Amino acid sequence: MESLLTSILGTNLLTTVIYCALPLVFVLTYALIAVLGEVKISAWMQDRLGPMRTGPWGIIQPLADVLKLLQKEDITPSASDKFLFNLAPFVTFMGSYAAFAAVPFSSQYIGASLDLGIFYVFAVGSIGVVGLMMAGWSSNNKYSMYGAMRSVAQIVSYEVPAAMALMIIVIYTGTLNLQDIIVAQGGGIWNWFVFGGPKADVVLASGRELQASWANLVFLPLFLATFVMYYVSALAETNRTPFDIPEAESELVSGYHTEYSGMKFAMFFMAEYANMFLVSVVASIAFFGGWQSPYGTTIGALVGVPWLSPVEEFLWLAFKGFFFVFVMIWLRWTLPRLRVDQLMYMCWKVLIPFSFGIALVVGFLVMIM
Amino acid sequence: MADLKENIAEHIESGRLKTDELILHMGPQHPSTHGVLRLELVLDGEIVVKVIPHLGYLHRCFEKHAEAMTYPQVIPYTDRLDYLASMNNNHGYVLAVERMLGIELPERVEYIRVIMAELQRIASHLVAVGTYGLDIGAFTPFLYLFRDREYILDIFEKTCGARLLYNYFWVGGLSHDVHTGFEKEVGDFVKYFRPTLTEVNTLLNYNKIFVQRTANVGVLPADVAISYGCSGPMLRGSGVDFDLRRDDPYSIYDRFDWKVIVGDGEVGTLGDCWDRNMVRMKEMAVSCDIIEQALASFPEGDVTTALPKRIRPPKGAEQYARVENPRGELGFYVVSDGTANPFRVKCRAPGFVNLSVIDEISQGHLISDLVAILGSIDIVLGEIDR
Amino acid sequence: MALSTPSIFEHLTAAFPELTLAHDEAAPCIIVPAAGIKDVCLQLRDHPDTAFDFLMSLSGIDFADGTLGVVYHLASMTHKHKLTLKVVVPKDAPHVVSVEKVWRTADWHEREAFDLYGIVFDGHRDLRRILMPYDWEGHPLLKDYEVPEFYNGMKVPY
Repeated sequence: MESLLTSILGTNLLTTVIYCALPLVFVLTYALIAVLGEVKISAWMQDRLGPMRTGPWGIIQPLADVLKLLQKEDITPSASDKFLFNLAPFVTFMGSYAAFAAVPFSSQYIGASLDLGIFYVFAVGSIGVVGLMMAGWSSNNKYSMYGAMRSVAQIVSYEVPAAMALMIIVIYTGTLNLQDIIVAQGGGIWNWFVFGGPKADVVLASGRELQASWANLVFLPLFLATFVMYYVSALAETNRTPFDIPEAESELVSGYHTEYSGMKFAMFFMAEYANMFLVSVVASIAFFGGWQSPYGTTIGALVGVPWLSPVEEFLWLAFKGFFFVFVMIWLRWTLPRLRVDQLMYMCWKVLIPFSFGIALVVGFLVMIM
Repeated sequence: MADLKENIAEHIESGRLKTDELILHMGPQHPSTHGVLRLELVLDGEIVVKVIPHLGYLHRCFEKHAEAMTYPQVIPYTDRLDYLASMNNNHGYVLAVERMLGIELPERVEYIRVIMAELQRIASHLVAVGTYGLDIGAFTPFLYLFRDREYILDIFEKTCGARLLYNYFWVGGLSHDVHTGFEKEVGDFVKYFRPTLTEVNTLLNYNKIFVQRTANVGVLPADVAISYGCSGPMLRGSGVDFDLRRDDPYSIYDRFDWKVIVGDGEVGTLGDCWDRNMVRMKEMAVSCDIIEQALASFPEGDVTTALPKRIRPPKGAEQYARVENPRGELGFYVVSDGTANPFRVKCRAPGFVNLSVIDEISQGHLISDLVAILGSIDIVLGEIDR
Repeated sequence: MALSTPSIFEHLTAAFPELTLAHDEAAPCIIVPAAGIKDVCLQLRDHPDTAFDFLMSLSGIDFADGTLGVVYHLASMTHKHKLTLKVVVPKDAPHVVSVEKVWRTADWHEREAFDLYGIVFDGHRDLRRILMPYDWEGHPLLKDYEVPEFYNGMKVPY
């Protein structure tokens, strides 16, 4: 795709800029859709209509919200640490946005095809925590501070089971490259990791051959459990209900972003939604075949239109990502909130031992098979 | 800034960092203080060491106002005390004045009062349980419950034209009779409403997370509850079998067959937040029972026959009347000096008394638990600050 | 067994001869001297025949004749009977012994009576204003109370 852009635009610089900005365009559009989804889904779940005035069925409500946030006065509390206060939202958003660089949106488009893809996504995703801490500390507000402390404790803790869950897939595939992990799941819905991984030998993008057979069905319960573990940890990492303790409205007003308004608040908001999509996309890449279609091929390949295939692949990935975002929204409007100690209990005494146990079993099986 | 640096240096030099308790002001503007209450929390990390409530942000001098009004003019002020249970507030006040005057009420008035009071109790408990879910983080049950409260408010609106502050119970009767079709509407509502309770139980009250958050939290032992003068669901949640409707009967509650709901520590310790909330849930079903029985024997008649021409209780007469408000024992102590204005009106607000126990039961819990405890007390600042 | 006010009075006079019974058919009550209220309340609470474990209400009152009063409404959970006690004190020295240690609920009720009437409850551990601002001057429910012109620079009567 990069070469295609260069051939159209001629210059390398412009190509690079456009190439890098594509995920941003996508994330911004997605954020608008997700915000609308949040208000509309919650409304339908709660026997309401939701926004109805802005456009048909209120579909341009998110745009109105953005307009409102843009116009709002940008307040910096006088007793705050101004430098950190202004920096924090950008650090947080950058953390979640930078992770999109290693996400393969289709077989033809990936920001940076890193061999350390999963590692990179986790490492960069954690930068967001620094931003939260900065926000909480610099606001000079006790509620913000509590929110920041809680969220740092929570995100750092839940990174362990989330990473462990992905490690289990890595143990099986033997690669950290996200594109490779997706290629390993090609050929149909039964080859997705959530259903036990590939059932026949596959050649990975890097050229390595992964040997597999229908005996892989033994992995099905293990990978299914791994997926559930990953998704629960992902919910906690993105501060979504039932783990929205850092911004628990009824306790901490709104946690680390209590003092923020206007566009800086919007940055936090966007970072939260970008994070939601990121973890959903990682879940679909690691367990649901990423951009692979459930029927193993693409319509583009069947009818012989080569440019159609990447578009289709992108749509599949987006669909899967949106589905998991939808589940997050669904859970949010259904469940109450846990307490701090219960959250930590769940992480350190339930998820982490289980994930280590599964990793051990998977490792053993991979060795003997 | 320089001071701070010196301070830190001093502590580091002395070998260990000094730790201190943190004081956090929760409110008066806070989502879960249910109004303008300020709680001064002394915290050790997230653990609550002490809670000091500061009241009075909504103080409107009800008792002073009442002395400057005639007896009927006080009724609209009682509406505004506990604005979620205006009918019950009216009831308490008019009961006190009627006892001073020695008025006998027509049958129909008593029946309408009981039905209205019980509908109001359901409406108030719906808000209590809904906002309690909100405190714990569950948003959806809140809207389901408000949807059903709307039906009750519609009935009230048709009857007396107001949705929140009714001024419907008058001394010696009612402001006017119920509208045509009232009986059918109330009957339909009760039939429609019962399944909601099951729905909310499955969605909220027996939810694993909800149980974890509320069971064994804020345990209020029975003797402490009595000593603090707690009443209503607070007291019954602690296992004390006491309800004014049965134990100090007023109006015509003794004619109906219903049972007092008492907490039983089903999922945790007796007297925890879950029990208090569950008592409210079950009381709504009991209120439905009472309403159905009242509708079955609903008499015809005129509701205005006992309305006195002139309300002037004899000099020196005084009366303390108490009724079972959704939040507990609502008492009105009214003293007359023989004029048209009451000499003294004291309102014993259940929320005021119930709130005083918060420091006792929340010590050693986390901030999140404090929110759960405060929600389970079910306060309305209108009656606490008066 | 539920007792009537006169029989409770009989019961009490054995230990406290200084009490008087106000003979009012509609609202009988026992008048207690300000210094002895706590002992009387303890006796009422702890004696198994009376067992007044529940203080329903504690109200201050200004009788508008130079005296203030405190009215205690008691109830018993076990016997289901009620009782009214009254204390009358002169307005220029309104001191009543606190019953806060008898019933914990008296804590806030006494603070309220102090706040609105200026009645001082001796022995109360934390007698602060409760409904009015902490720096408010005067006690607003007194019959001769006049609203101050300004409070912290803000005009009060509107």
